[in-house]
Amino acid sequence: MRIKEHPILELAEKPPIPFYFNGKKLYGIEGDTIASALHANGVKKLSESIHLKRPRGFYCAIGNCASCNMVVDGEPNVRTCITPLKEGMRVENQQGKGHIHAK
Amino acid sequence: MQNKEAIVIGGGPAGLTAAFELLQAGASVCLIDRNERLGGQLTKQTHMFFGSEKQYASHRGIDILEILTNALGKYGNKLEILTQTTVVGMYRDKVLACVKGDKFFKLKGEKIVFATGASEKALPFENNDLPGVYAAGAVQTLMNEYGIKPGEKVLMVGSGNIGLIVSYQLMQAGVEVVGLVEAADRIGGYLVHASKIKRLGVDILTKTSVKRAIGKESVEAAEIWDLDEQWQGIEGTERTLEVDTICVAVGLAPLTELLQQMGVKVQYVREFGGNVPVLDENYQTSVEGVYACGDLVNIEEASSAMVEGRIAGINAARSLGYDVENADFRIKALHHELKDLRGGPPGDKVRKGLKKLGVAT
Ligand SMILES: Cc1cc2nc3c(=O)[nH]c(=O)nc-3n(C[C@H](O)[C@H](O)[C@H](O)COP(=O)(O)OP(=O)(O)OC[C@H]3O[C@@H](n4cnc5c(N)ncnc54)[C@H](O)[C@@H]3O)c2cc1C
Ligand code: FES
Repeated sequence: MRIKEHPILELAEKPPIPFYFNGKKLYGIEGDTIASALHANGVKKLSESIHLKRPRGFYCAIGNCASCNMVVDGEPNVRTCITPLKEGMRVENQQGKGHIHAK
Repeated sequence: MQNKEAIVIGGGPAGLTAAFELLQAGASVCLIDRNERLGGQLTKQTHMFFGSEKQYASHRGIDILEILTNALGKYGNKLEILTQTTVVGMYRDKVLACVKGDKFFKLKGEKIVFATGASEKALPFENNDLPGVYAAGAVQTLMNEYGIKPGEKVLMVGSGNIGLIVSYQLMQAGVEVVGLVEAADRIGGYLVHASKIKRLGVDILTKTSVKRAIGKESVEAAEIWDLDEQWQGIEGTERTLEVDTICVAVGLAPLTELLQQMGVKVQYVREFGGNVPVLDENYQTSVEGVYACGDLVNIEEASSAMVEGRIAGINAARSLGYDVENADFRIKALHHELKDLRGGPPGDKVRKGLKKLGVAT
């Protein structure tokens, strides 16, 4: 779902960045946040609501609302819409409020 | 804990101009923003701006941003920029609690300028939490900053300038805008923007709203219905639009939580979407040495945010004891610019809101 042509934006080819989503290898590109890379791969569901387990995607995309919270490299409640994607990151759908594990 | 002379929270148009004025007067500035890039809302605005020449009208938002950040360039040694840093708490004695990555630290500012902007509102309807229901600014961010389409077929909700402009930008990105619904009986934004998307074949339906989103894991369709005079849905008028995205552009609410934590006096103003700080004419809040400007103090435009940022910055610099050249004259001129920007029918709402706050317009 990346934009191919645009009258104003310059969309230069950028180097790919491999990462893992729920154990599966996917690719984003340089400049992506975790959420933008997932969206470009067609992944819309990022988290689940705490009680009713309803699917949640991003909402504000600028770090205001926490709708995009995911588990990143074992750490829960990471706002993936403002967290830059890095090579080899392990990103998982978050269930519930998240647990902190000793690293 | 580190002590700073002046701290500016938020690096949008308001924060950038406030920082510039402080630096130009001779102060040292610590500029904080939670994003990786400075610019706030400007980072995603690929359209030409309205407003007056002085506020860079007919420039694109992204180009205005470049002008503002370049202006800071020459103050390198007096300017400290902390990006990807979120201010998470404020204490009454002007101490900020900040988080950067996994680090937590505190800063204390002699003077603080708040320019945290606003956050987009949500709209209550059935299934409004499904993935695929996105705020208009989020859709704009995704397209214009990351080059990604939010979906293939979009229903836009809200005909203010944001709804109209983002509809046009969706089409520029090759996304189909299936329709635009507006609860009121007329279009909220400028007619030039509305005509532009109408010409491209988008139906603008007034007195209409979303009843519910349909879908299991994400949006598969939207049900819309007509509204009566009391903005209540009329049974029997429902119809379904096949869309994978519902884009919500129903206004913004100022991000005043931090100000409230430190005991700044706020007032609820419906026209500005929530609580806004009560300011004196210097853009100082009820707490001495704490200033506020931009969307945070009234939901308006980048043009006025920049003017307010300058006024707050000059006043903060003066209160630090710096001699600002022609300060009185400049501040008077800046207040005049604000008046001009708020003139005419498009400024009705802003003037009404400001009146409630006792601000002369
Ligand atoms: C689609 C759209 C079209 C628009 N078109 C126009 C136009 O044509 N002309 C015009 O003049 N205006 C326009 N505007 C309005 C304009 O963008 C805003 O009024 C303006 O950006 C407000 O500036 P600001 O500096 O107050 O806030 P913002 O630009 O929102 O900046 C606030 C900054 O503060 C940061 N921040 C917030 N909280 C924290 C925290 N706790 N810690 C650290 N950082 C924080 C944010 O990350 C952000 O960078 C448009 C807006 C939109 C959405
Ligand atoms: S989508 Fe709102 S914080 Fe990420």
